[in-house]
Amino acid sequence: MTLVKHELKQGFKALAIWTSAIGFFIVVCVFMYPEMKGEMDGVSDMFASMGAFTAAFGMDKLNFGTMIGFYAIECGNILGIGGAFFAAILGVSALAKEEKERTAEFLLTHPVSRNSIITQKLLSVMLQIVFMNVVIYLLAVSSISMIGEEVLWKEVSLLHLANFLVQAELAGICFGVSAFLRRSGLGIGIGIAAMMYFLNIVANLTESAETLKYLTPFGYADSADIVTNVSLDGKMIACGIVLLFIGILTAYQIYGKKDIQ
Amino acid sequence: MEAIKITDLTKYYGKSRGIIDLNLTVEEGEFFGVIGPNGAGKSTTIRTLLGLISPSSGQAKIFGYDVCKEKNKVLEQVGYLPSEAVFYAGMKVKDVLKLSADLRKKDCSEEAKKLCERLQLDDNRKVEELSFGNRKKVGIVAALQHLPKLLILDEPTSGLDPLMQREFFDIIRERNEQGATVFLSSHILSEIQKNCTRAAIIREGRMIACDSVEALSRTNAKRIVVQGEVMLDGLSGVRNMERNEGTVSFLYNGEMGQLLQCLSAGRVSDLSVSEPDLEEIFMHYYEKGGEQS
Repeated sequence: MTLVKHELKQGFKALAIWTSAIGFFIVVCVFMYPEMKGEMDGVSDMFASMGAFTAAFGMDKLNFGTMIGFYAIECGNILGIGGAFFAAILGVSALAKEEKERTAEFLLTHPVSRNSIITQKLLSVMLQIVFMNVVIYLLAVSSISMIGEEVLWKEVSLLHLANFLVQAELAGICFGVSAFLRRSGLGIGIGIAAMMYFLNIVANLTESAETLKYLTPFGYADSADIVTNVSLDGKMIACGIVLLFIGILTAYQIYGKKDIQ
Repeated sequence: MEAIKITDLTKYYGKSRGIIDLNLTVEEGEFFGVIGPNGAGKSTTIRTLLGLISPSSGQAKIFGYDVCKEKNKVLEQVGYLPSEAVFYAGMKVKDVLKLSADLRKKDCSEEAKKLCERLQLDDNRKVEELSFGNRKKVGIVAALQHLPKLLILDEPTSGLDPLMQREFFDIIRERNEQGATVFLSSHILSEIQKNCTRAAIIREGRMIACDSVEALSRTNAKRIVVQGEVMLDGLSGVRNMERNEGTVSFLYNGEMGQLLQCLSAGRVSDLSVSEPDLEEIFMHYYEKGGEQS
Protein backbone atom coordinates (compact mmCIF):
# COMPACT_ATOMS: atom_id res chain seq x y z
CA MET A 1 0.00 0.00 0.00
CA THR A 2 3.08 2.20 -0.13
CA LEU A 3 2.14 3.32 -3.60
CA VAL A 4 -1.44 4.20 -2.61
CA LYS A 5 -0.09 6.43 0.13
CA HIS A 6 2.37 7.99 -2.29
CA GLU A 7 -0.28 8.56 -4.96
CA LEU A 8 -2.69 10.15 -2.51
CA LYS A 9 0.04 12.46 -1.24
CA GLN A 10 1.03 13.44 -4.77
CA GLY A 11 -2.55 14.04 -5.80
CA PHE A 12 -3.80 15.76 -2.70
CA LYS A 13 -3.37 19.33 -3.87
CA ALA A 14 -5.29 18.79 -7.07
CA LEU A 15 -7.96 16.87 -5.21
CA ALA A 16 -8.33 19.66 -2.66
CA ILE A 17 -8.61 22.29 -5.39
CA TRP A 18 -11.21 20.40 -7.44
CA THR A 19 -13.22 19.47 -4.37
CA SER A 20 -13.28 23.01 -3.04
CA ALA A 21 -14.08 24.49 -6.43
CA ILE A 22 -17.02 22.17 -7.11
CA GLY A 23 -18.16 22.32 -3.48
CA PHE A 24 -17.97 26.10 -3.48
CA PHE A 25 -20.13 26.49 -6.59
CA ILE A 26 -22.73 24.06 -5.31
CA VAL A 27 -22.97 25.85 -1.97
CA VAL A 28 -23.16 29.26 -3.66
CA CYS A 29 -25.95 28.06 -5.93
CA VAL A 30 -27.89 26.58 -3.03
CA PHE A 31 -27.52 29.85 -1.13
CA MET A 32 -28.89 31.73 -4.11
CA TYR A 33 -32.04 29.65 -4.11
CA PRO A 34 -34.09 31.53 -1.42
CA GLU A 35 -33.58 34.76 -3.31
CA MET A 36 -34.55 33.26 -6.63
CA LYS A 37 -37.48 31.25 -5.29
CA GLY A 38 -39.94 34.14 -5.53
CA GLU A 39 -39.01 34.91 -9.12
CA MET A 40 -38.92 31.29 -10.10
CA ASP A 41 -42.46 30.92 -11.36
CA GLY A 42 -41.79 33.09 -14.34
CA VAL A 43 -38.36 31.62 -14.87
CA SER A 44 -39.72 28.09 -14.80
CA ASP A 45 -42.24 28.88 -17.48
CA MET A 46 -39.55 30.49 -19.56
CA PHE A 47 -37.17 27.56 -19.17
CA ALA A 48 -39.96 25.14 -19.94
CA SER A 49 -40.69 26.81 -23.25
CA MET A 50 -37.27 26.91 -24.83
CA GLY A 51 -37.94 23.93 -27.06
CA ALA A 52 -35.01 21.73 -27.81
CA PHE A 53 -32.83 23.50 -25.29
CA THR A 54 -35.34 22.66 -22.57
CA ALA A 55 -35.30 19.00 -23.49
CA ALA A 56 -31.55 18.87 -23.77
CA PHE A 57 -31.10 19.78 -20.13
CA GLY A 58 -34.18 17.93 -18.90
CA MET A 59 -35.94 21.11 -17.92
CA ASP A 60 -39.19 19.92 -19.40
CA LYS A 61 -39.47 17.36 -16.65
CA LEU A 62 -38.11 19.38 -13.74
CA ASN A 63 -39.72 22.21 -11.90
CA PHE A 64 -37.17 24.91 -11.40
CA GLY A 65 -39.39 26.45 -8.77
CA THR A 66 -38.90 23.67 -6.23
CA MET A 67 -35.74 23.18 -4.24
CA ILE A 68 -35.17 19.69 -5.59
CA GLY A 69 -35.86 20.73 -9.16
CA PHE A 70 -33.46 23.61 -8.83
CA TYR A 71 -30.86 21.49 -7.11
CA ALA A 72 -31.14 18.67 -9.62
CA ILE A 73 -30.34 20.93 -12.56
CA GLU A 74 -27.61 22.76 -10.72
CA CYS A 75 -26.08 19.59 -9.31
CA GLY A 76 -26.38 17.86 -12.66
CA ASN A 77 -24.33 20.56 -14.26
CA ILE A 78 -21.73 21.54 -11.70
CA LEU A 79 -21.03 18.16 -10.15
CA GLY A 80 -21.83 16.38 -13.38
CA ILE A 81 -19.35 18.26 -15.54
CA GLY A 82 -16.79 19.21 -12.92
CA GLY A 83 -16.69 15.79 -11.34
CA ALA A 84 -16.57 14.04 -14.69
CA PHE A 85 -13.61 16.14 -15.85
CA PHE A 86 -11.76 15.57 -12.62
CA ALA A 87 -12.39 11.82 -12.71
CA ALA A 88 -11.36 11.59 -16.35
CA ILE A 89 -8.14 13.50 -15.69
CA LEU A 90 -7.34 11.32 -12.68
CA GLY A 91 -7.96 8.15 -14.63
CA VAL A 92 -6.14 9.10 -17.78
CA SER A 93 -3.02 10.32 -16.01
CA ALA A 94 -2.79 7.53 -13.45
CA LEU A 95 -0.55 5.22 -15.44
CA ALA A 96 0.62 7.56 -18.21
CA LYS A 97 2.13 10.16 -15.90
CA GLU A 98 4.94 7.81 -14.87
CA GLU A 99 6.25 7.67 -18.41
CA LYS A 100 5.44 11.27 -19.19
CA GLU A 101 7.33 12.52 -16.16
CA ARG A 102 9.95 9.83 -16.68
CA THR A 103 9.56 8.40 -13.21
CA ALA A 104 8.50 5.01 -14.63
CA GLU A 105 12.10 3.84 -14.63
CA PHE A 106 12.36 4.60 -10.93
CA LEU A 107 9.04 3.07 -9.94
CA LEU A 108 9.19 -0.04 -12.09
CA THR A 109 12.68 -1.09 -11.05
CA HIS A 110 11.47 -1.70 -7.54
CA PRO A 111 10.29 -5.19 -6.63
CA VAL A 112 6.61 -4.38 -7.06
CA SER A 113 4.76 -6.28 -9.78
CA ARG A 114 3.05 -4.39 -12.58
CA ASN A 115 -0.29 -5.80 -11.47
CA SER A 116 0.22 -4.52 -7.97
CA ILE A 117 1.13 -1.10 -9.35
CA ILE A 118 -2.02 -1.05 -11.48
CA THR A 119 -4.18 -2.15 -8.55
CA GLN A 120 -2.71 0.42 -6.20
CA LYS A 121 -3.04 3.22 -8.74
CA LEU A 122 -6.64 2.26 -9.48
CA LEU A 123 -7.40 2.14 -5.80
CA SER A 124 -5.99 5.60 -5.22
CA VAL A 125 -7.97 7.02 -8.15
CA MET A 126 -11.17 5.56 -6.72
CA LEU A 127 -10.34 6.71 -3.19
CA GLN A 128 -9.87 10.26 -4.41
CA ILE A 129 -13.21 10.15 -6.21
CA VAL A 130 -14.92 8.78 -3.10
CA PHE A 131 -13.33 11.51 -0.98
CA MET A 132 -14.49 14.25 -3.31
CA ASN A 133 -18.03 12.92 -3.47
CA VAL A 134 -18.39 12.46 0.26
CA VAL A 135 -17.19 16.01 0.95
CA ILE A 136 -19.44 17.49 -1.71
CA TYR A 137 -22.43 15.45 -0.54
CA LEU A 138 -21.95 16.70 3.00
CA LEU A 139 -21.55 20.29 1.80
CA ALA A 140 -24.68 20.01 -0.33
CA VAL A 141 -26.88 18.51 2.38
CA SER A 142 -25.72 20.93 5.03
CA SER A 143 -26.11 23.97 2.79
CA ILE A 144 -29.65 22.92 1.84
CA SER A 145 -30.62 22.58 5.49
CA MET A 146 -28.87 25.87 6.30
CA ILE A 147 -31.20 27.78 4.02
CA GLY A 148 -34.12 26.16 5.81
CA GLU A 149 -35.26 23.90 3.00
CA GLU A 150 -36.28 20.32 3.55
CA VAL A 151 -33.65 17.85 2.40
CA LEU A 152 -35.30 15.23 0.20
CA TRP A 153 -32.80 12.61 1.29
CA LYS A 154 -33.69 9.97 -1.24
CA GLU A 155 -33.59 12.26 -4.26
CA VAL A 156 -30.44 14.11 -3.20
CA SER A 157 -28.64 10.89 -2.29
CA LEU A 158 -29.58 9.27 -5.59
CA LEU A 159 -28.37 12.31 -7.53
CA HIS A 160 -25.03 12.16 -5.78
CA LEU A 161 -24.77 8.39 -6.06
CA ALA A 162 -25.44 8.61 -9.80
CA ASN A 163 -22.77 11.26 -10.22
CA PHE A 164 -20.34 9.17 -8.24
CA LEU A 165 -21.01 6.27 -10.60
CA VAL A 166 -20.48 8.54 -13.61
CA GLN A 167 -17.10 9.56 -12.25
CA ALA A 168 -16.12 6.00 -11.38
CA GLU A 169 -17.06 4.82 -14.85
CA LEU A 170 -15.23 7.63 -16.65
CA ALA A 171 -12.18 7.14 -14.44
CA GLY A 172 -12.23 3.42 -15.24
CA ILE A 173 -12.50 3.96 -18.99
CA CYS A 174 -9.77 6.60 -18.94
CA PHE A 175 -7.62 4.35 -16.76
CA GLY A 176 -7.74 1.78 -19.54
CA VAL A 177 -6.79 4.44 -22.09
CA SER A 178 -3.98 5.56 -19.80
CA ALA A 179 -2.26 2.19 -20.15
CA PHE A 180 -1.63 2.89 -23.85
CA LEU A 181 -0.26 6.40 -23.43
CA ARG A 182 3.31 7.54 -23.04
CA ARG A 183 2.52 11.21 -22.99
CA SER A 184 0.04 13.35 -21.19
CA GLY A 185 -3.49 12.21 -21.83
CA LEU A 186 -5.23 15.25 -20.37
CA GLY A 187 -6.74 16.20 -23.71
CA ILE A 188 -7.95 12.67 -24.30
CA GLY A 189 -9.42 12.43 -20.81
CA ILE A 190 -11.29 15.71 -21.03
CA GLY A 191 -12.31 14.80 -24.56
CA ILE A 192 -13.85 11.52 -23.43
CA ALA A 193 -15.72 13.23 -20.60
CA ALA A 194 -17.01 16.00 -22.89
CA MET A 195 -17.99 13.54 -25.60
CA MET A 196 -19.98 11.48 -23.11
CA TYR A 197 -21.72 14.60 -21.86
CA PHE A 198 -22.75 15.67 -25.34
CA LEU A 199 -23.88 12.16 -26.23
CA ASN A 200 -26.42 12.44 -23.46
CA ILE A 201 -27.58 15.82 -24.72
CA VAL A 202 -28.04 14.36 -28.18
CA ALA A 203 -29.94 11.43 -26.67
CA ASN A 204 -32.17 13.89 -24.84
CA LEU A 205 -32.85 15.86 -27.99
CA THR A 206 -33.96 13.12 -30.34
CA GLU A 207 -36.02 10.07 -29.59
CA SER A 208 -34.17 8.02 -32.19
CA ALA A 209 -30.87 8.51 -30.39
CA GLU A 210 -32.31 7.25 -27.14
CA THR A 211 -30.07 4.15 -27.15
CA LEU A 212 -27.05 6.42 -26.82
CA LYS A 213 -28.03 6.75 -23.19
CA TYR A 214 -26.74 3.25 -22.63
CA LEU A 215 -23.33 4.26 -23.88
CA THR A 216 -22.81 7.36 -21.83
CA PRO A 217 -22.75 7.42 -18.05
CA PHE A 218 -24.62 10.71 -18.14
CA GLY A 219 -27.59 8.64 -19.32
CA TYR A 220 -28.22 7.22 -15.87
CA ALA A 221 -27.21 10.43 -14.14
CA ASP A 222 -29.89 12.48 -15.86
CA SER A 223 -31.17 14.58 -12.97
CA ALA A 224 -34.64 15.00 -14.44
CA ASP A 225 -35.18 11.25 -14.68
CA ILE A 226 -33.77 10.60 -11.22
CA VAL A 227 -35.95 13.21 -9.53
CA THR A 228 -39.07 12.22 -11.46
CA ASN A 229 -38.68 8.48 -10.91
CA VAL A 230 -36.87 8.63 -7.54
CA SER A 231 -34.78 5.71 -8.77
CA LEU A 232 -31.80 4.94 -10.96
CA ASP A 233 -32.04 3.03 -14.22
CA GLY A 234 -30.51 -0.35 -13.44
CA LYS A 235 -29.99 -1.33 -17.07
CA MET A 236 -28.02 1.80 -17.92
CA ILE A 237 -25.94 1.40 -14.78
CA ALA A 238 -25.21 -2.21 -15.69
CA CYS A 239 -23.96 -1.04 -19.11
CA GLY A 240 -21.82 1.53 -17.33
CA ILE A 241 -20.33 -1.04 -15.01
CA VAL A 242 -19.49 -3.25 -17.98
CA LEU A 243 -17.61 -0.33 -19.59
CA LEU A 244 -15.87 0.38 -16.29
CA PHE A 245 -14.65 -3.20 -16.08
CA ILE A 246 -13.55 -3.22 -19.72
CA GLY A 247 -11.44 -0.17 -18.95
CA ILE A 248 -9.86 -1.76 -15.91
CA LEU A 249 -9.21 -5.10 -17.62
CA THR A 250 -7.63 -3.28 -20.55
CA ALA A 251 -5.30 -1.54 -18.14
CA TYR A 252 -4.12 -4.85 -16.67
CA GLN A 253 -3.78 -6.44 -20.11
CA ILE A 254 -1.85 -3.60 -21.71
CA TYR A 255 0.20 -2.18 -18.89
CA GLY A 256 1.18 -5.62 -17.62
CA LYS A 257 3.17 -6.28 -20.78
CA LYS A 258 4.01 -2.77 -21.87
CA ASP A 259 7.56 -1.84 -22.91
CA ILE A 260 8.50 1.13 -20.78
CA GLN A 261 10.52 3.83 -22.47
CA MET B 1 26.97 -18.87 -9.41
CA GLU B 2 26.04 -16.77 -12.40
CA ALA B 3 24.83 -13.32 -11.46
CA ILE B 4 23.70 -12.60 -15.01
CA LYS B 5 23.12 -15.11 -17.76
CA ILE B 6 21.85 -13.79 -21.08
CA THR B 7 21.03 -16.38 -23.74
CA ASP B 8 20.32 -15.53 -27.40
CA LEU B 9 18.62 -12.33 -26.32
CA THR B 10 17.03 -10.37 -29.14
CA LYS B 11 14.95 -7.24 -28.91
CA TYR B 12 13.37 -5.40 -31.77
CA TYR B 13 11.35 -2.24 -31.30
CA GLY B 14 8.90 -2.78 -34.08
CA LYS B 15 11.30 -3.05 -36.98
CA SER B 16 14.18 -1.17 -35.49
CA ARG B 17 16.97 -3.07 -33.86
CA GLY B 18 17.63 -3.13 -30.16
CA ILE B 19 19.94 -6.08 -29.62
CA ILE B 20 20.51 -9.24 -31.64
CA ASP B 21 21.44 -12.69 -30.31
CA LEU B 22 23.23 -11.44 -27.27
CA ASN B 23 24.98 -14.05 -25.14
CA LEU B 24 26.63 -12.94 -21.97
CA THR B 25 27.48 -14.41 -18.60
CA VAL B 26 28.60 -12.50 -15.55
CA GLU B 27 29.77 -14.50 -12.54
CA GLU B 28 28.84 -13.52 -9.02
CA GLY B 29 31.33 -11.05 -7.58
CA GLU B 30 32.60 -9.83 -10.93
CA PHE B 31 33.11 -6.20 -11.86
CA PHE B 32 31.86 -6.33 -15.42
CA GLY B 33 31.86 -3.54 -17.96
CA VAL B 34 29.87 -3.03 -21.14
CA ILE B 35 31.10 -0.53 -23.61
CA GLY B 36 29.86 0.65 -26.96
CA PRO B 37 28.82 3.73 -28.87
CA ASN B 38 25.47 5.44 -28.32
CA GLY B 39 22.60 3.39 -29.61
CA ALA B 40 24.61 0.17 -29.60
CA GLY B 41 22.11 -1.61 -27.38
CA LYS B 42 23.63 -1.15 -23.91
CA SER B 43 20.52 0.42 -22.46
CA THR B 44 18.26 -2.07 -24.23
CA THR B 45 20.20 -4.86 -22.55
CA ILE B 46 19.90 -3.23 -19.15
CA ARG B 47 16.22 -2.44 -19.57
CA THR B 48 15.54 -6.04 -20.49
CA LEU B 49 17.41 -7.27 -17.44
CA LEU B 50 15.24 -5.02 -15.30
CA GLY B 51 12.00 -6.17 -16.89
CA LEU B 52 11.16 -2.70 -18.21
CA ILE B 53 10.92 -4.16 -21.69
CA SER B 54 10.30 -7.74 -22.68
CA PRO B 55 12.64 -9.52 -25.10
CA SER B 56 11.51 -10.45 -28.61
CA SER B 57 13.25 -13.79 -28.16
CA GLY B 58 15.84 -15.43 -25.98
CA GLN B 59 16.03 -15.16 -22.25
CA ALA B 60 17.92 -13.60 -19.40
CA LYS B 61 18.40 -14.76 -15.84
CA ILE B 62 19.66 -12.97 -12.79
CA PHE B 63 20.84 -15.20 -9.94
CA GLY B 64 18.91 -17.95 -11.65
CA TYR B 65 15.63 -16.04 -11.75
CA ASP B 66 14.04 -15.38 -15.12
CA VAL B 67 13.79 -11.63 -15.71
CA CYS B 68 10.32 -11.94 -17.22
CA LYS B 69 8.65 -14.56 -15.09
CA GLU B 70 10.30 -13.85 -11.75
CA LYS B 71 10.76 -10.14 -12.07
CA ASN B 72 10.12 -9.31 -8.44
CA LYS B 73 12.72 -11.81 -7.24
CA VAL B 74 15.16 -10.27 -9.70
CA LEU B 75 14.44 -6.70 -8.69
CA GLU B 76 14.83 -7.53 -5.01
CA GLN B 77 18.48 -8.38 -5.68
CA VAL B 78 19.25 -5.44 -7.93
CA GLY B 79 20.23 -1.85 -7.38
CA TYR B 80 19.80 0.14 -10.57
CA LEU B 81 21.28 3.53 -11.34
CA PRO B 82 19.74 4.99 -14.50
CA SER B 83 21.81 7.23 -16.71
CA GLU B 84 19.36 10.02 -16.10
CA ALA B 85 17.73 9.87 -12.71
CA VAL B 86 14.29 11.49 -12.54
CA PHE B 87 12.15 11.59 -9.41
CA TYR B 88 8.72 12.78 -8.40
CA ALA B 89 8.49 16.56 -8.39
CA GLY B 90 7.73 18.14 -5.06
CA MET B 91 9.43 15.46 -2.99
CA LYS B 92 12.39 15.96 -0.74
CA VAL B 93 15.47 13.82 -1.25
CA LYS B 94 14.82 11.94 1.99
CA ASP B 95 11.21 11.28 0.99
CA VAL B 96 12.34 9.81 -2.32
CA LEU B 97 14.82 7.57 -0.50
CA LYS B 98 12.16 6.59 2.03
CA LEU B 99 9.72 5.81 -0.79
CA SER B 100 12.31 3.65 -2.51
CA ALA B 101 13.01 1.79 0.74
CA ASP B 102 9.29 1.38 1.47
CA LEU B 103 8.67 -0.04 -2.00
CA ARG B 104 11.30 -2.62 -1.09
CA LYS B 105 9.72 -3.08 2.35
CA LYS B 106 13.07 -2.41 3.99
CA ASP B 107 14.40 0.13 6.44
CA CYS B 108 17.48 1.58 4.82
CA SER B 109 17.68 4.85 6.73
CA GLU B 110 21.09 4.18 8.25
CA GLU B 111 22.74 3.18 5.01
CA ALA B 112 21.05 6.11 3.25
CA LYS B 113 22.46 8.50 5.83
CA LYS B 114 25.97 7.13 5.40
CA LEU B 115 25.78 7.35 1.63
CA CYS B 116 24.38 10.89 1.67
CA GLU B 117 27.24 11.95 3.89
CA ARG B 118 29.86 10.39 1.69
CA LEU B 119 28.38 11.94 -1.44
CA GLN B 120 27.75 15.26 0.31
CA LEU B 121 24.07 15.20 -0.52
CA ASP B 122 21.67 17.33 1.51
CA ASP B 123 18.59 15.18 1.97
CA ASN B 124 16.35 18.10 2.89
CA ARG B 125 16.46 19.61 -0.57
CA LYS B 126 13.62 19.14 -3.01
CA VAL B 127 14.57 16.90 -5.90
CA GLU B 128 13.46 19.28 -8.64
CA GLU B 129 15.76 21.97 -7.27
CA LEU B 130 18.80 19.73 -7.60
CA SER B 131 21.37 20.00 -10.35
CA PHE B 132 21.84 17.07 -12.72
CA GLY B 133 24.82 15.82 -10.75
CA ASN B 134 23.07 16.06 -7.42
CA ARG B 135 20.05 14.25 -8.81
CA LYS B 136 22.44 11.56 -9.90
CA LYS B 137 23.61 11.28 -6.32
CA VAL B 138 20.03 10.67 -5.21
CA GLY B 139 19.91 7.91 -7.80
CA ILE B 140 23.14 6.44 -6.44
CA VAL B 141 21.85 6.38 -2.88
CA ALA B 142 18.53 4.88 -4.01
CA ALA B 143 20.41 2.20 -5.94
CA LEU B 144 22.77 1.34 -3.10
CA GLN B 145 20.90 1.88 0.16
CA HIS B 146 19.28 -1.56 0.25
CA LEU B 147 22.65 -3.31 -0.15
CA PRO B 148 21.80 -5.15 -3.37
CA LYS B 149 23.71 -8.22 -4.53
CA LEU B 150 23.86 -6.92 -8.08
CA LEU B 151 24.51 -3.32 -9.08
CA ILE B 152 23.45 -2.27 -12.56
CA LEU B 153 24.95 1.11 -13.39
CA ASP B 154 24.09 2.88 -16.62
CA GLU B 155 26.63 5.58 -17.38
CA PRO B 156 26.98 6.28 -13.69
CA THR B 157 29.43 9.14 -13.65
CA SER B 158 27.81 11.52 -16.11
CA GLY B 159 27.18 14.78 -14.30
CA LEU B 160 29.44 14.00 -11.35
CA ASP B 161 32.51 16.13 -10.74
CA PRO B 162 35.87 14.31 -10.70
CA LEU B 163 36.06 14.20 -6.91
CA MET B 164 32.58 12.70 -6.72
CA GLN B 165 33.42 10.26 -9.48
CA ARG B 166 36.32 9.03 -7.41
CA GLU B 167 34.21 8.77 -4.27
CA PHE B 168 31.54 6.97 -6.27
CA PHE B 169 33.96 4.37 -7.60
CA ASP B 170 35.46 3.97 -4.13
CA ILE B 171 32.01 3.07 -2.86
CA ILE B 172 31.31 0.73 -5.76
CA ARG B 173 34.67 -1.01 -5.34
CA GLU B 174 33.98 -1.44 -1.61
CA ARG B 175 30.64 -3.01 -2.44
CA ASN B 176 32.36 -5.25 -4.96
CA GLU B 177 34.90 -6.33 -2.36
CA GLN B 178 32.03 -7.13 0.00
CA GLY B 179 30.72 -9.52 -2.63
CA ALA B 180 28.36 -7.47 -4.77
CA THR B 181 28.43 -8.05 -8.51
CA VAL B 182 28.76 -4.92 -10.61
CA PHE B 183 27.46 -4.49 -14.14
CA LEU B 184 28.68 -1.18 -15.49
CA SER B 185 27.71 0.34 -18.80
CA SER B 186 29.80 3.22 -19.98
CA HIS B 187 31.37 4.85 -22.96
CA ILE B 188 34.24 6.18 -20.94
CA LEU B 189 37.06 3.74 -21.57
CA SER B 190 39.23 4.70 -18.65
CA GLU B 191 36.37 3.94 -16.27
CA ILE B 192 36.12 0.41 -17.62
CA GLN B 193 39.87 -0.05 -17.81
CA LYS B 194 40.44 1.13 -14.26
CA ASN B 195 37.60 -0.68 -12.55
CA CYS B 196 36.41 -3.69 -14.46
CA THR B 197 37.89 -7.15 -14.55
CA ARG B 198 36.00 -8.19 -17.66
CA ALA B 199 34.26 -6.25 -20.35
CA ALA B 200 32.09 -6.73 -23.40
CA ILE B 201 31.97 -4.50 -26.43
CA ILE B 202 28.60 -3.99 -28.04
CA ARG B 203 28.14 -2.46 -31.44
CA GLU B 204 25.00 -2.22 -33.54
CA GLY B 205 23.10 -4.55 -31.26
CA ARG B 206 25.66 -7.35 -31.30
CA MET B 207 28.39 -8.26 -28.92
CA ILE B 208 31.63 -8.10 -30.84
CA ALA B 209 34.06 -8.95 -28.09
CA CYS B 210 33.96 -10.15 -24.52
CA ASP B 211 37.07 -10.85 -22.54
CA SER B 212 39.13 -9.72 -19.61
CA VAL B 213 40.02 -6.06 -19.86
CA GLU B 214 43.66 -7.04 -20.02
CA ALA B 215 43.13 -9.34 -22.96
CA LEU B 216 41.00 -6.79 -24.73
CA SER B 217 43.74 -4.22 -24.47
CA ARG B 218 46.35 -6.72 -25.54
CA THR B 219 46.57 -7.14 -29.25
CA ASN B 220 49.13 -7.97 -31.84
CA ALA B 221 49.06 -4.47 -33.16
CA LYS B 222 51.77 -2.03 -32.08
CA ARG B 223 51.81 1.67 -32.38
CA ILE B 224 54.87 2.62 -34.45
CA VAL B 225 56.15 6.17 -34.60
CA VAL B 226 58.99 6.84 -37.03
CA GLN B 227 60.87 10.07 -37.52
CA GLY B 228 62.69 10.45 -40.78
CA GLU B 229 62.01 9.29 -44.32
CA VAL B 230 60.69 5.82 -44.91
CA MET B 231 58.86 4.14 -47.76
CA LEU B 232 56.03 2.08 -46.41
CA ASP B 233 54.40 1.22 -49.73
CA GLY B 234 53.75 -2.47 -50.15
CA LEU B 235 53.87 -3.11 -46.44
CA SER B 236 50.77 -5.00 -45.34
CA GLY B 237 49.19 -4.60 -41.88
CA VAL B 238 49.43 -0.84 -41.64
CA ARG B 239 46.45 1.01 -40.19
CA ASN B 240 45.52 4.52 -39.18
CA MET B 241 48.56 6.06 -40.79
CA GLU B 242 49.20 9.70 -40.03
CA ARG B 243 52.01 11.75 -41.56
CA ASN B 244 53.06 14.88 -39.82
CA GLU B 245 56.18 16.99 -40.49
CA GLY B 246 58.64 14.18 -40.99
CA THR B 247 56.91 11.88 -38.52
CA VAL B 248 54.90 8.84 -39.53
CA SER B 249 52.65 7.19 -37.02
CA PHE B 250 50.62 4.04 -37.58
CA LEU B 251 49.26 0.85 -36.09
CA TYR B 252 51.06 -2.22 -37.35
CA ASN B 253 50.10 -5.84 -37.05
CA GLY B 254 52.02 -7.40 -39.91
CA GLU B 255 55.35 -9.23 -39.97
CA MET B 256 57.95 -7.51 -37.83
CA GLY B 257 60.76 -8.60 -40.19
CA GLN B 258 59.21 -6.85 -43.16
CA LEU B 259 58.74 -3.71 -41.15
CA LEU B 260 62.36 -3.75 -40.10
CA GLN B 261 63.50 -4.21 -43.71
CA CYS B 262 61.39 -1.25 -44.76
CA LEU B 263 62.75 0.86 -41.97
CA SER B 264 66.37 -0.05 -42.61
CA ALA B 265 65.95 0.93 -46.25
CA GLY B 266 64.92 4.43 -45.26
CA ARG B 267 66.51 7.10 -43.12
CA VAL B 268 65.20 6.81 -39.58
CA SER B 269 66.26 9.38 -37.03
CA ASP B 270 63.98 8.16 -34.25
CA LEU B 271 61.71 5.18 -33.70
CA SER B 272 59.28 4.16 -31.02
CA VAL B 273 57.29 0.96 -30.75
CA SER B 274 54.56 0.86 -28.12
CA GLU B 275 51.33 -0.86 -27.10
CA PRO B 276 48.40 1.00 -28.56
CA ASP B 277 46.22 2.53 -25.85
CA LEU B 278 42.83 1.07 -25.14
CA GLU B 279 41.11 3.92 -26.86
CA GLU B 280 42.70 3.06 -30.18
CA ILE B 281 41.66 -0.52 -29.86
CA PHE B 282 38.11 0.41 -29.07
CA MET B 283 37.96 2.89 -31.89
CA HIS B 284 38.98 0.01 -34.07
CA TYR B 285 36.13 -2.13 -32.74
CA TYR B 286 33.67 0.69 -33.14
CA GLU B 287 34.60 1.38 -36.72
CA LYS B 288 35.27 -2.02 -38.12
CA GLY B 289 32.58 -3.87 -36.29
CA GLY B 290 34.19 -6.84 -34.85
CA GLU B 291 37.12 -8.06 -36.90
CA GLN B 292 39.49 -8.99 -34.15
CA SER B 293 42.92 -7.52 -34.59
